[in-house]
Amino acid sequence: MHPYLQSLIGGVLIGVATWLLLAAMGRVAGISGIVTSAFTEREGRDWRWAFIAGLIVGGALFAWLFNAVSIAPRSPGLLIAAGLLVGVGTVLGSGCTSGHGVCGLSRASVRSLAATLTFMGAGMATVATLRAFGALA
Amino acid sequence: MMARIVVFLAGVVFAAGLVIGGMTDPKKVQAFLDIGGIASGRWDPSLAFVMGGALMVAAIAFALLPKRKKPWFATGFDLPTVRRIDKALLAGAALFGVGWGLAGYCPGPAVASLTTGGMDIALFLPAMLVGMVLTKRFLQARAT
Repeated sequence: MHPYLQSLIGGVLIGVATWLLLAAMGRVAGISGIVTSAFTEREGRDWRWAFIAGLIVGGALFAWLFNAVSIAPRSPGLLIAAGLLVGVGTVLGSGCTSGHGVCGLSRASVRSLAATLTFMGAGMATVATLRAFGALA
Repeated sequence: MMARIVVFLAGVVFAAGLVIGGMTDPKKVQAFLDIGGIASGRWDPSLAFVMGGALMVAAIAFALLPKRKKPWFATGFDLPTVRRIDKALLAGAALFGVGWGLAGYCPGPAVASLTTGGMDIALFLPAMLVGMVLTKRFLQARAT
């Protein structure tokens, strides 16, 4: 299968999952928000952990079915720093790729468009910097 | 119980989309962000198709569903209403983007890679969770 088509199908599935969560709970499928609230809020703990469990089980199942890779050995310090930045940034900025990039944009939110352009731009600048220092394979 | 099963399945389908779309492959994510490689043909635009596919379906869902009286398992639709574009939004998005570029993981794929991500995820995911919870606590403390 052409990689673009495969990615498009993956995207459609993410859209279907977003549809399901909206129809079931009336909520946006923003992963950073769901994960953070699962740890910090009492209310809505049930559905949030059910969704997270689905993500983990689905991630394991489909990685096995599709022989998908999710490892690219890097220095431990870089991974920890990156994790902290993603955690702090998504909560401070009220969302990530799913909440702003998929749900926000499909609701025509200008706020989410601003966030999406910012994190995409910052991601591109970061990769360009890594490449400039020869830190990218 | 039914609610939990349906939401669990939504999570499974979401993860399927992430894996099949290539979002759980950090190298592919970085290759997508590597726009410096456009001229040399090194750039891999496929993740734009993930976003395109997701937007097509989600846009229809958000146009149709909130018009219903209520969701299947909740008393009402509870969607974000904030429209403000402020420093917190932009600074947060910028920090997130730097972390995303450095490791190639955003939150969804990081969680979905829990069993498959090896040392990568063993380091990245706890750091991400700590960052999330501390930031939320900090913002809550400041708001009260």
